[in-house]
Amino acid sequence: MNELKEIQASRRAFLGLVAGGLATAVAVRPAAASKVQTKARIVMIGAGAAGTALVNRLVERLDGADITILDPSAEHLYQPGLSLVAAGLKPASYTQSKTTDWLPQGITLISEAAAAIDPVAKTVGTSGGQTVPYDFLIVAPGLVLDHDAIEGFSLDLVGTNGIGALYAGPEYAAKTWQAASKFTQEGGVGVFTRPATEMKCAGAPLKHTFLIEDIATRTAGQGKHEMHYAANNDALFGVPIVSEKVRMLFEDRGITPHYSHVLKAVDPGRKIATFTTPKGDTELAYDYLHVIPPQRAPDVIRQSGLNWADKWTDQGWVEVDQKTLRHRRYPDIFALGDVAGVPKGKTAASVKWQVPVVEDHLIAAIEGREGTKIYDGYTSCPLITRVGRAMLIEFDYHNNLTPSFPGVIAPLEELWISWLMKEVALKATYNAMLRGKA
Amino acid sequence: MEQLTFETMIAVFEEIFGRTLFWGMVVAAVVVTLAYLYVLIRDREMSMRKFLLAQLSMPFGAVAAVLFVQAMTHSHLRDIGGPVDVIVLLGVAAMGAVGIAILVYTAQSLVRKTQ
Repeated sequence: MNELKEIQASRRAFLGLVAGGLATAVAVRPAAASKVQTKARIVMIGAGAAGTALVNRLVERLDGADITILDPSAEHLYQPGLSLVAAGLKPASYTQSKTTDWLPQGITLISEAAAAIDPVAKTVGTSGGQTVPYDFLIVAPGLVLDHDAIEGFSLDLVGTNGIGALYAGPEYAAKTWQAASKFTQEGGVGVFTRPATEMKCAGAPLKHTFLIEDIATRTAGQGKHEMHYAANNDALFGVPIVSEKVRMLFEDRGITPHYSHVLKAVDPGRKIATFTTPKGDTELAYDYLHVIPPQRAPDVIRQSGLNWADKWTDQGWVEVDQKTLRHRRYPDIFALGDVAGVPKGKTAASVKWQVPVVEDHLIAAIEGREGTKIYDGYTSCPLITRVGRAMLIEFDYHNNLTPSFPGVIAPLEELWISWLMKEVALKATYNAMLRGKA
Repeated sequence: MEQLTFETMIAVFEEIFGRTLFWGMVVAAVVVTLAYLYVLIRDREMSMRKFLLAQLSMPFGAVAAVLFVQAMTHSHLRDIGGPVDVIVLLGVAAMGAVGIAILVYTAQSLVRKTQ
């Protein structure tokens, strides 16, 4: 009997311990900061990665703000997944969700594009003819792929005649895999390109090259494929130390680099690609050609005079301070994501670091003070080099490597853990970012 | 990673597995752990006989965990590229081994009371 009592006592103690643990876990949750009261009208152009992440953070920080977000697209794209779709590793649906799935309650969504911005009168005109006044404007519409700039190319060609174009969206990324997969099985000459403009994720053209080479060698065996990479200038990547590492990997994998070769025209009938080079036009025959077109800001940016006048004149990125992302001439305007006129960093990783900075300066402006957070150009690129391996490359405006896990995950080493991050943890982190939680 | 807080980690895991599956696995892990502690307290001793079987099952748990992770992530052993990869691999294997050992021990204890 006595023994039984002891057992009961320890059971009770044990249950008490469990209950106590749970209570502690609930109690130590960080307390929510008090919200800023405001009647400010905040208009956001674009509900992509940047717009969505920011709006979810703003509704947590502000009380009473009148927030309107403009986006004509019903579909939200997880763009970092397109490389995986174009290598047959994920289905197109992996990158697709609904824009409204990610937006918070209590804001206004206008499913139209911005057609005009008047930074003096502080209004945005929509493609449907509405005029929306603002106190603060966040410009985050993304960028435009200029497929027409390449003669002879049209999106109808993707997936046929050995042509791929993974940037064009989930369906085109899937069609890219149709063309690339044929090439990996049958062998031949593969030509991989990138544009001379600023571009989304400058690592993606390299990832596609590495992945297709890896799959081709594993599928059809070595010696059946001839791989060519056309770089737009005299480097393979914007950060010199990374460029040099990629050069070594290319040499090791038998991928021939062609420097200062910018794709100008495609002849799908003859399977010839024409490149502009410093020595005049040259032609390369291909069995598989990967096209990435020039990339520019949407027309509305230039038409509204928000772009840099003396930089990127053919591309039209928004003239912002590169540390605060605040417009240099109109302090009520911020730009985020692809459209921001800053060097490097048209990636979701950049967005993740830009959003808290803009949030800080915007809320400071609402409260009538100066913000303190600084964006130093951080971006990251899990540079896939094989199915199963990647280099976790992180860097800033100054071409310095900025590893998140120094001494543990080496940035220039091809590692399985970096692949795991890309394959498993990245989309999860991205989604958490969209919800304003990362 | 800018803010690697506990809350961020939870959000990330919820996204990886989906909210239902993640919390389902958490609940399963907690239930098995509680059941394990329960049988330890109930029996007032580790049964070395049960523990032996649990130990014998450990290599199977380790291999199964590694194969599961590789299958889920299009990876193979050839992708091990550096020391940290070996550590991750051993970590996955260790979790599989310990997990199955606890499971096997607890299951035996619950099924056959005491010898």
